[in-house]
Amino acid sequence: MATKLALKELIKQPTRLTPGHRLCAGCGASIIVRQVLMAIDDPVVITNATGCLEVATTIYPYTAWNVPWMHNAFENAASTISGIEAAYRALVRKGKIPDRNVKFIAFGGDGGTYDIGLQALSGAAERGHQFLYICYDNGAYMNTGIQRSSATPMGAHTTTSPAGKKIPGKQQFRKDLTAIMAAHGIPYVAQAAPSHWRDLMKKVRKAVNCGGPAFINVLSSCNRGWRHPTDDTIEITQLAVDTCYWPLYEVENGEWRLTYKPKEKKPVEEWLKRQGRFRHLFRPENRHIIDELQAEVDRRWERLLHLCGEA
Amino acid sequence: MSKFEALTGNDAVATAMRQINPDVVAAYPITPQTSTVQKFSEFVADGLVDTEFVTVESEHSAMSACVGASAAGARVMTATSANGLALMWEIVYIAASNRLPIVMSLVNRALSAPINIHCDHSDVMGMRDSGWIILFSENAQEAYDNIIQAVRIAEHPDVLLPVAVCQDGFITSHGMERVEIYEDEDVRAFIGEYRPQWSILDVDHPKTYGPLDFYDYYYEHKRQQVEAMKNAHRVIQEVAEEFNRKFNRNYGLFEAYRLDDAEVAVVVVNSTAGTAKVVVDQLRAEGLKVGLLKPRVFRPFPAKELVDALRHLKAVAVMDRSISFGSMGNAGPLFLELAAAMALHGVHIPMADYVFGLGGRDILPSEIESVYRDMLRAAETGQVERMVTYLSVRE
Repeated sequence: MATKLALKELIKQPTRLTPGHRLCAGCGASIIVRQVLMAIDDPVVITNATGCLEVATTIYPYTAWNVPWMHNAFENAASTISGIEAAYRALVRKGKIPDRNVKFIAFGGDGGTYDIGLQALSGAAERGHQFLYICYDNGAYMNTGIQRSSATPMGAHTTTSPAGKKIPGKQQFRKDLTAIMAAHGIPYVAQAAPSHWRDLMKKVRKAVNCGGPAFINVLSSCNRGWRHPTDDTIEITQLAVDTCYWPLYEVENGEWRLTYKPKEKKPVEEWLKRQGRFRHLFRPENRHIIDELQAEVDRRWERLLHLCGEA
Repeated sequence: MSKFEALTGNDAVATAMRQINPDVVAAYPITPQTSTVQKFSEFVADGLVDTEFVTVESEHSAMSACVGASAAGARVMTATSANGLALMWEIVYIAASNRLPIVMSLVNRALSAPINIHCDHSDVMGMRDSGWIILFSENAQEAYDNIIQAVRIAEHPDVLLPVAVCQDGFITSHGMERVEIYEDEDVRAFIGEYRPQWSILDVDHPKTYGPLDFYDYYYEHKRQQVEAMKNAHRVIQEVAEEFNRKFNRNYGLFEAYRLDDAEVAVVVVNSTAGTAKVVVDQLRAEGLKVGLLKPRVFRPFPAKELVDALRHLKAVAVMDRSISFGSMGNAGPLFLELAAAMALHGVHIPMADYVFGLGGRDILPSEIESVYRDMLRAAETGQVERMVTYLSVRE
């Protein structure tokens, strides 16, 4: 019997990512990892792309991981887990180890997933390894000091897309990686947020039991990069969902489905104004950027509603 | 009973892989290595092995998957060449530094640019400081034998380092030769079961692999790799002795050919050593005291043994199939290291480097003969005319 997705049950589980790690207060990554791992009752083996989560949880000779965990390099969390999963299948088949129904999980940030690790992820997904890739998307290369990635929202200030006198922040809309992964035709793809933890955990359960590769893109606030108070993490994540900047949905065997529909779709401005990385957009001369961003959010939301049969 | 088969170098390696039956192979096609993984794919498809063959989308992922699989306690192999090895680069170091006993068939090919698919040693020479054990093979038989021994060397508890087994692209990899193939059971008995001390699949004893490691420990971990390399020097010879007893083929750190009473010698690796042996025989027939030293083990570099084998000579030529650009005299890596070893061991005899065969350019017996004749002159005069010569190139 799977543990009931109720807080008082979940809290009794052994802690897989222990306290004492060195992630910032209010970091979305550790919240997401704990939610993901709490959703899985089976043994897990984890690979982790280079990034904040990796560097802050494993400074030798310490580790915050109570489960088998491996860091290889930045761009290869997916290919590394594919090798581990292949070894598991071979060793079980040869009778060298028992089949313990192990779940294979890869964690990567948006840098390690949208950008440098996209090829490895695409390859591992196409090959059909049984693994779940979790992207904790905080929309920039936070570990190296807040540089833009292809997940960075248009208009955001980062250290390589600074809000300057001529160029007001990042010029491009972000890549829709969740849709790209859905286009691989793998059994399970979803988008989730730690503000909606039960939704996230249900998705994780579906993902690890889908019988093939699965991908979940999870919005992860970084208060250092997003510029907000450390205790606003969940609230700001909730706003991303309610403005439909970050819709919650799943693609199960090709069927698109919204898993959460905001009662009232808030203007994206509500989400932007809570974060220092968008402060410059509220100057009159940059107002058009907010309008463009809103138009793009609307366009993507309408497309999603259409795909989900809601339009 | 062993049997003799007509095999290319790549087929010989694929045959060794079939006999080894690794748990995981992750590889990506690249000329001239491709026919190894093609052949191995047939073994997988026909059920002759029960290997998980991970058909990765790049060499970077090939080595990444090998690292994951090896950390999982699997016996792991791969194969590549040139640019493929270059794309693996980052993970080549990680494999060695994580002490993962992966075995690689490296079919030597020139690195780009200009793009070229033919043999030279620029690929392997770039990995010489990566922490891998590196073995050279003169022909298909040696490639086959080295692959089998590599499994034992890599997995030895005192070593736990990956091993690259080199053979010359096309010349050996695609040339058909008579190869003695041992009984499957004998090969399997020789390599034995792999019993890893740790596995990331040991979910009851979770461990963290590949943590961040700063100035307080990183250096010690690097120092341990030095110990592993030192141990490899011994283990390679122990494995060779056992192999020689079992399969009656004599391997050591290097092969000396008509060297004992020679006055001058050429030092060269891989297939060119075979051509050089013919030249040695011809010159010996003229009464000239020439010999050959063919290094088998390049990493760990057996400096003392090489020097001891060469110290009685009056002149030594090294033939390098790659250039260390910008190094002393723009020489080749083998020459630079051997010349340093000779000097530091107090052996001061005339030495010269002959770069040859880049991008697969043929090396003719007459050219090797000219090298010997240069050395015979140097033996008389006590000095070489040039430290570095680029053989048969338009200048």
